[in-house]
Amino acid sequence: MLSNKSTVQFHGTKEQEEQLKNVIHELKDEKGALMPILQKAQDIYGYLPIEVQTIISDETGIPLEKIYGVVTFYAQFNLNPKGRYHISVCLGTACYVKGSGDIYNKLMEKLGIVGGECTPDGKFSLDACRCVGACGLAPVMMINDEVYGRLTVDDIDDILAKYE
Amino acid sequence: METIHLKINGLDVSAPAGSTILEAAHQAGIRIPTLCYLKEINEIGACRMCVVEVKGARNLVAACVHPIGEGMEVYSNTPKLIESRKKTLQLLLSNHDKKCLSCVRSGNCELQQLCREYGVDDENYYEGVMNHYEPDTSAAHMIRDNNKCILCRRCVAVCEKVQGIGVIGANNRGFDTVIGSAFEMGLGETSCVSCGQCIAVCPTGALYEKDYTNQILEAIADPDKYVVVQTAPSVRAGLGEEFGYPMGTDVEGKMAAALRRIGFDKVFDTDWAADLTIMEEATELLDRIKNGGVLPLITSCSPGWIKYCEHYFPDMTENLSSCKSPQQMFGAMLKTCFAEKEGIDPKKIVSVSVMPCTAKKFEIGRDDQAAAGVPDVDIAITTRELARLIRRCGIDFTMLPEEGFDDPMGESTGAGVIFGATGGVMEAALRTAVEVLTGEELGKLEFEDVRGTEGIKEASYQVAGMEVNVAVASGLGKARTLLERVKSGEANYHFIEIMGCPGGCVNGGGQPQVSADVRNFTDVAGIRAQALYRNDEGKKIRKSHENPAIKKLYEEYLGEPGSHKAHETLHTSYVKRKVN
Repeated sequence: MLSNKSTVQFHGTKEQEEQLKNVIHELKDEKGALMPILQKAQDIYGYLPIEVQTIISDETGIPLEKIYGVVTFYAQFNLNPKGRYHISVCLGTACYVKGSGDIYNKLMEKLGIVGGECTPDGKFSLDACRCVGACGLAPVMMINDEVYGRLTVDDIDDILAKYE
Repeated sequence: METIHLKINGLDVSAPAGSTILEAAHQAGIRIPTLCYLKEINEIGACRMCVVEVKGARNLVAACVHPIGEGMEVYSNTPKLIESRKKTLQLLLSNHDKKCLSCVRSGNCELQQLCREYGVDDENYYEGVMNHYEPDTSAAHMIRDNNKCILCRRCVAVCEKVQGIGVIGANNRGFDTVIGSAFEMGLGETSCVSCGQCIAVCPTGALYEKDYTNQILEAIADPDKYVVVQTAPSVRAGLGEEFGYPMGTDVEGKMAAALRRIGFDKVFDTDWAADLTIMEEATELLDRIKNGGVLPLITSCSPGWIKYCEHYFPDMTENLSSCKSPQQMFGAMLKTCFAEKEGIDPKKIVSVSVMPCTAKKFEIGRDDQAAAGVPDVDIAITTRELARLIRRCGIDFTMLPEEGFDDPMGESTGAGVIFGATGGVMEAALRTAVEVLTGEELGKLEFEDVRGTEGIKEASYQVAGMEVNVAVASGLGKARTLLERVKSGEANYHFIEIMGCPGGCVNGGGQPQVSADVRNFTDVAGIRAQALYRNDEGKKIRKSHENPAIKKLYEEYLGEPGSHKAHETLHTSYVKRKVN
């Protein structure tokens, strides 16, 4: 079975852990505390890898699976960090009919990750998004704040090369 | 309590306030179909099989969670409801791997039964995208095949609420929802304890034990192998259900006959080893009490409980009895004492056990379980697998004569047979410990305080001027409650019996599956336990220390209980594990 643990090495600090534990101790006796704990944890670390979820499980007594179930239910939580260069491919209607699905697949193949993941070196992360408001340029993707439009699959190599 | 009056299908029905429509209907003998509902365990009204019409209600309501009200008019079998249930089933089938012919649950699948009842005549009515999952085979004892999962969450609920473990749950959402473990780890990587209660409650073939029936038939067919079988106490109390006997029928004699016809070289009984366990464990208890050892002493017969203790109470592994479980003690004596006496090379012996348990499949692979340098037990199968084996061998179970076990490892006492019920090990140990301590014969052998299927039982006995406090817990959620009381100093015991499954081994994860329809309104563990208590009552010898075969074993081979040789062969060690 394919494990869903992040391939990017965890670089959590003692300070972050301290901060998270304080949050948990403040909230843990309240009903429904898991959601705010997870939100704060993501604020602290930027994402919720197994190391962070394990701290939450140990401190609250909530089974790790239950926490993971909540994290994977809500789109707001990330299991992987954002890369130095975060790529979002628009899969909105206009971009999709113009072939952004192929662009997205090409990126997954090229980077060796699936949507929602980050390359092990922490450089690129990839996500699908809905409409960035540039339908006239469809198909569109963004890398950090840079917008790339009227893309074809053949453009991908050159664009990624700019970030090497 | 206030009584509520209502009408179901035009019949006057009354039931206590707070009852659900389903409960009121059941009391009136009206069956409403269910699928996700497990009484007191999974009451989520999710599957919509139990929908009923309530006069004045805007929509169909889920009978399993909807409370009754005064003057309510309920209809449970209108054409509209039958159509709704049929649609629900067809929708479930639209994402279900329908390989029923080769499915382990074919014939006793709850989904299949409902499809038959509701006349589902086109299983591909809703054709569309289907999920495909790789079955999870990582655990020693079982397989999860999510292609057959209907997301009822019964396994999730029993794991979390009854066993207090929670290593499985629903991941992702919508069409991608899948039951699994954290970070999609295989079950074998998690702190799953192998109890198999998830299998026991699964309505379909999504969860099943790893099947070793063919390996047994191959071993029996191999002229170089000497294949010996042992059967745990609870197997005789459950096996009959597979062949149409009412729940609670003791089929010991027919079971022994069936095993002989399958072709085992020796048909022995784990009950013999249960008596042996009592000798060792009672000795260990008395030793710890007299010499200031770690107390409370906690039983070690249940491998699900042992693994649970190692994961969740690693600081209490010192409290565990060092005794191997009866299964392992049996295997150890088979491959040492018996092999020596009979002049058989232990490497040629295939030691097979039939257990009501799936954790036994994990236990046989543990370290420090190889008295003769080879594993004490080679193959552990469940009661369900034995039933399959009997059918595969073309044996007409109901027509079999009643036969006994072979000597010497088939001779047992009433104390050994009650091991299968919660409190049974405690009672068996007390029968021996009290007589050893007082040197007097017990007047009454029944220790009623430790009988019954409540999750936690406590008792205190005056023995030879000493007060002995005991407790019994079954089901790991209850075990946790009890142990937390021990750790906080709130409770003080000398001896605790813990069984991993609620009600003890009779309700083990390897026993015949009981459909939720029956299970929700039946004390399965209690009824099966009665078969064992009746078996005990009918025995001439009912105390482990009076078992002649065990006495002889000590005289001729082991020396004293707790001797050096006994420790080398019959005792084991534990590890500390992580939670994940």
